[in-house]
Amino acid sequence: MKITAEQVRYVADLANLHLTDDEVRKFQADLDEILVHLDRLNEVDTSRSEPMAQVLYEAEETATLRPDRSRPGLGTELALANAPAAGSGYFKVPEVIKR
Amino acid sequence: MDIAALTIDQIREGLHARRFSSAELTTAALKFARNENAQTNAYLTFSEERALATARRVDERLARGEDPGPLAGVPVAVKDVIVTKGVRTTCGSKLLANYVPPYDATAVERLEAAGGVIIGKTNCDEFAMGSSNENSAFGPVRNPHALDRVPGGSSGGSAAAVAQGTAVVALGSDTGGSIRQPASFCGVVGLTPTYGRVSRYGLTAFASSLDHIGPFGRSVRDAALVLSVIAGRDPLDSTSAEAPVPDYLRHLDGEIKGLKLGLPREYLKDLTSETGDLIARAVEKLKRLGCEVRDITLPATDYAIACYYVIATAEASSNLARYDGVRYTSRSASSESLSDMYRNTRGEGFGAECKRRIMLGTYVLSAGYYDAYYLKAQKVRALIARDFTNAFAEVDAIVAPVSPFPAFKIGEKIDDPMAMYLSDIYTITGDLAGIPCMSVPCGKTAQGLPVGMQILAKHFDEARMFRLADAFERAGGAQN
Repeated sequence: MKITAEQVRYVADLANLHLTDDEVRKFQADLDEILVHLDRLNEVDTSRSEPMAQVLYEAEETATLRPDRSRPGLGTELALANAPAAGSGYFKVPEVIKR
Repeated sequence: MDIAALTIDQIREGLHARRFSSAELTTAALKFARNENAQTNAYLTFSEERALATARRVDERLARGEDPGPLAGVPVAVKDVIVTKGVRTTCGSKLLANYVPPYDATAVERLEAAGGVIIGKTNCDEFAMGSSNENSAFGPVRNPHALDRVPGGSSGGSAAAVAQGTAVVALGSDTGGSIRQPASFCGVVGLTPTYGRVSRYGLTAFASSLDHIGPFGRSVRDAALVLSVIAGRDPLDSTSAEAPVPDYLRHLDGEIKGLKLGLPREYLKDLTSETGDLIARAVEKLKRLGCEVRDITLPATDYAIACYYVIATAEASSNLARYDGVRYTSRSASSESLSDMYRNTRGEGFGAECKRRIMLGTYVLSAGYYDAYYLKAQKVRALIARDFTNAFAEVDAIVAPVSPFPAFKIGEKIDDPMAMYLSDIYTITGDLAGIPCMSVPCGKTAQGLPVGMQILAKHFDEARMFRLADAFERAGGAQN
């Protein structure tokens, strides 16, 4: 067993993801099978390999940086247009700290 | 006017000869697309108002004798993970069922500036996660060649739209094969350009180090023309490349004699017999056209699936954190506290595949596992990329299958996520290396299911890839 139900609940908590008990059982089985497959990465000798975080090709070091100049943004109205709850130019969320 | 068979060249000619107006073509295309949609579910939203406005602009330019642009009047479908200002963009997710973006993706802006008419947004796997289009919250897409089969995924709607002829070209996105695999399943041309070739500004992020936007078309020429319009540096995407964009159409000259092609032996192991036969015949055809084909080896291929599902899910778990109930339309009704709202909104909104990948990605990044999975996968990724660098020192391009099998039945693999992941084996390597790759129709199985041949080339060598694909297409693919 690569992963326990307890670990599944812990990871779901890290991901801010509510799972039902059925989902916990299902994902435990799925993740277990996937993690077994991922183990084959350990067969590879990577002692002389640098981690590749980004696709690399011949280019100048700073070629992709744009000049640091301000330009107009979306504006409050458009930025809030898709918010489930908004008011006075802000996103509204449920109470964070009890008074 | 047979909409389903129109090419970009024919549309340009028809508009200039005043055989039809852009508005007439757009109205007819929309009607056709709405009709066909009852069968295939390829579109999630039709953007009629916007399409007709673009068409009228094209007609006005024509009337004034101005150049209406290289894509003037061409009906285009856009995958629903690419944002369109004022036109609902769902990403195939219940979470974004009512999301109306306040801006356009750069690729969309460039298509319209070139006269392209966006008629609708196409169905896809939720947040582009899937290989069958069955992970859409709005129902699966059906393959126009066999309605009981999947169109492939995740850009299944775009591939189906082009295959059925309701759009002449379409945009898709590819993170692990999501353009090439559906193109192969639906019998159309689909290409994943070099990483950074096309701006991702406005592409909903799945795995940022792997995401690409690319075109679908019914011919290599049409796909190449779309790429020439959408490619190029964009200040709004810092990963977009400065490299100049060549005139791809000039390279479609049929000159492929002496081209050195590599056939990777690791890509021929698990093919169904019909797919294997078609690829073998394609190779014979390429030899007859004057190419020199040699066996090559890409030894790290066996580890590509494991490598990909660590990196892609890790990046996805971070990118999908933004769907928290604050900004993007959906919020769980049952939330007393802020943290409950996050958890419930995400638990109720995401489908099973997204949850599975968020879980896997969060796990591989969590304390104690980061080095063993994420860092290890990044090192393996470097080996996969090095395999290609080594291969391209010997050959000009690589030919391979796109998928081990043709389109499978709806429901056949949905309960076995690992089997679904393994089917991406021949497409994810190109994304991991960031090289350009495409699917070009090869032929059909006895049952009439299309099979694609994949061409992979060096970074920014799309022109050579198109030249080879175009010559192969003109020669009738693997058949005859």
